[in-house]
Amino acid sequence: MTAYLKMDEPDHRRRLDETVQGIIGTAMDRPDGAAKVTGTAIYAHEDQPKGMAHGVFARAPVAKGTLTRIDGEKLRALPGVLAVLSGPKFLRNPAQGGANEAPVQGSETIAYLGQPIALVVAETFEQARHAAHMLEMEITSEDGLINPEDAGYETPEDQQDSQGDLEQAMRDAARSVDVTYTTPSHNSGAMEPHASIAAWDGDRLTLRGSYQMPNYNQYELADSLGVEPENVRILAPFVGGGFGSKLGIAPEAVAAALAAREVGRPVGVALTRQQVFEATMRRSESRQRVRLCVDSEGRLTGIGHEAYVSNLPDEEFSEPVTQATPFLYAGAHRVIGHHIARVHRTCAGSVRAPGESIGVTVLENAMDELAHDLKIDPIELRLKNIPDKNPTSGLPFSSHTLAQALKTGRDRFGWDQRNPEPRSRREGEWLLGMGMASAVRVNILSEARARVTLSPGGTALVETDMTDIGTGTYAILTQICGEMLGLAGDKVIVSLGDTDHPHGPGSGGSWGAASSGTAVFLACQKIRAEVAKKLDADEADLTFKDGTIIYGNRQAPLSDLIDQEIAVEGHVEPGKTSDEVTQATYGAHFAEVAVNAVTGETRVRRMLGVFAAGRILNAKTARSQCLGGMTFGIGMALTEEIAHDPRDGHIVNHDFAEYHLPVNADVPQLDVVLLEERDDYANPLQAKGIGELGICGAAAAITNAIFNATGVRVRDYPATLDKVLAGLPQKA
Amino acid sequence: MQTQLKINGTEHDLDHDPRVSLLDALRNHLNLTGTKKGCDHGQCGACTVLLNGRRINSCLTLACMHDGDEITTIEGIGTPEELSPLQTAFIEHDGFQCGYCTPGQICSATAMLEEARQGWPSHVTVDVTTSPELTDTEIAERMSGNLCRCSAYPNIVDAIRQAAGKSA
Ligand code: FES
Ligand code: FES
Repeated sequence: MTAYLKMDEPDHRRRLDETVQGIIGTAMDRPDGAAKVTGTAIYAHEDQPKGMAHGVFARAPVAKGTLTRIDGEKLRALPGVLAVLSGPKFLRNPAQGGANEAPVQGSETIAYLGQPIALVVAETFEQARHAAHMLEMEITSEDGLINPEDAGYETPEDQQDSQGDLEQAMRDAARSVDVTYTTPSHNSGAMEPHASIAAWDGDRLTLRGSYQMPNYNQYELADSLGVEPENVRILAPFVGGGFGSKLGIAPEAVAAALAAREVGRPVGVALTRQQVFEATMRRSESRQRVRLCVDSEGRLTGIGHEAYVSNLPDEEFSEPVTQATPFLYAGAHRVIGHHIARVHRTCAGSVRAPGESIGVTVLENAMDELAHDLKIDPIELRLKNIPDKNPTSGLPFSSHTLAQALKTGRDRFGWDQRNPEPRSRREGEWLLGMGMASAVRVNILSEARARVTLSPGGTALVETDMTDIGTGTYAILTQICGEMLGLAGDKVIVSLGDTDHPHGPGSGGSWGAASSGTAVFLACQKIRAEVAKKLDADEADLTFKDGTIIYGNRQAPLSDLIDQEIAVEGHVEPGKTSDEVTQATYGAHFAEVAVNAVTGETRVRRMLGVFAAGRILNAKTARSQCLGGMTFGIGMALTEEIAHDPRDGHIVNHDFAEYHLPVNADVPQLDVVLLEERDDYANPLQAKGIGELGICGAAAAITNAIFNATGVRVRDYPATLDKVLAGLPQKA
Repeated sequence: MQTQLKINGTEHDLDHDPRVSLLDALRNHLNLTGTKKGCDHGQCGACTVLLNGRRINSCLTLACMHDGDEITTIEGIGTPEELSPLQTAFIEHDGFQCGYCTPGQICSATAMLEEARQGWPSHVTVDVTTSPELTDTEIAERMSGNLCRCSAYPNIVDAIRQAAGKSA
């Protein structure tokens, strides 16, 4: 049985406010928690079949060239070596999120330094690693453009937009800013490095991998190998973080599958941390010019946001820096510009909240600069400029919570304690300051399927190839199913990350919970209707609670009403509500920093995030997602930066010793407030995505606080101590 | 070569290549995959285990250096049926998301609490002559060798504070 919905109409019923099981929205512990804290959760490189051989990549040592020969023969003489592979099926670039087909392939052409060009397979990991280091190769190296500013920028026509006359508005303005900021390349830094174990059974391939979107990865892998997708099964029940880096199939999966076929036994390939930096995805660096102009009342009359990013020559993905700028603030005159340079650097792709993470951040820095120039409170400036409909498209908003988030945060954070005059608070050698920023992220519904099976015994099974990459999918699908079918959390089993299950939406773009949750909701609704049929009743008139059904003045256990399993596949597709209204999530970030007047070091003392994302499905996991996003913001503001060698694009700091993620001591006890909201246009759950909102603008709250503390504007992220120090007066 | 390791109370005789790290011995040879590999270079803490009661990064040491040593991995700290107080607190406080750094965090915290009990100072201890109180700042400092990209840090501190027998 199936239950299908195309989301063409808002759903004003708010079913989950009427159900009585009482687990939706609660801070239920993760059902997968015990497995994770005891080390019994199985990640990609951990279910090693007997006889598994190990594969280790050798990488290209140049940025551009042709691989003319590898000496596999020599290696095969080394102990334990089983095979050396390379060739046209090797992935050159990892697949982009949602590609659903093979990415650019072929190891003969070298497009960036660090590209995996050969796989050495041996009995043991140590033998394979040793042999991979010994690999001799012949490469004809060519000059390739490395630095975006040298390469020049393409200006794709369909990515430009303008309204009115911004130049004129800037001239007529009571006040304006015209500033340029830069952000460096970033790495996702998921703690589990990409890894795959491939095993063939005849024509059928099973791949255990660390992937966010098995629903697409199955097709990407099959297409890369030239086999039928029906013959490819991907398993990813636990994924040790993704943040965009594991959206598309990556080189190790394809190489493991090719190798396993070649040596006739299972092969496991785990990328080293350095290979994750070099051969998966980076977030593109950006240069962003922002122009803002206001009338004498502080109302925006114009906004310009022009972004300059980069990627490899063959890649379509282009960091959508300006994604939220068309609708965040009012202003009649607009220029949105998007420019991309083609360079020989590691592939650019999605890293948590592609677009808004860096775009909203810089826009919010510019807003702070404007507020300072105008001598107006930065929160006030934002409140004055919240549009009542999408100022670019004219579409209504499905729901709008920015003002509420700003005001809630202002009160809770103690914003009235902030002195707008920079450099006015000091404690010993520490200069103190506060900053804020708006948060915004587009909201997306994605096609999703899930099967729910209700047993007469009062348990339910949820099956989909959706993943839980830390996002809480196991928890929230349990809660949705339990709430709809009147079952306690421990009566629901959720099985994820197996492409033999119905296809979910994959984890990405913050759409996972709402999309896969809706598929589960639809299946449960239909199951309720099937049960209701037996009573000749309408499903909405039945109450499902604790494994029983209450109807009129009767209460009966499920087993009285059904004598066999009921299985329904829920299926949702986005419809008119995605096009006829503007859907987004909003929030506000607040930060208090202490900057050392002697060293320029910044410490984040306090941080508050106020967020609204429709119905919150699990208060605990939703908060954790926000903590994660805000901490990414701390990293972006203060330490995270990929350093490309300008000569060959080599990622110089390709590990965690040199690419500095925030550590525990860098992160204070963050405060998170989740606002009550229901967005009827989003889906029948009234829930929206929350995984990325927390990063959007977070870094700006910190750098704006640095300005308030010191009077120094660092326009070149991250705001490391040297850059802050350069702006401080000589005498501390 | 031959090495005898006592892991979680059980003797294991390992016949192995001398290049095998303690981490790879656990993961690739003994099927003890609770210990995670995040960097293989001593930079992330995911591979933390207890060596004769003290925390170490198992990726930075060779298995052959530990003949006769007692090693405790996450599998020896608790099981889903019988969780240690720290494991329970991590679940309650959501001290993780993806869970990949978590065994390392819990092994590290287990040893860290013992270090604190023994009065070891840390970088943020103001008076190193007295037994430091395990404040949030002390916990965060002492846990900073364990990266968590999901950034459950505030929850990790909450969980450890609770397990250490303190209230907020
Ligand atoms: S794997 Fe040992 S410290 Fe990272
Ligand atoms: S829980 Fe994912 S890295 Fe810590």
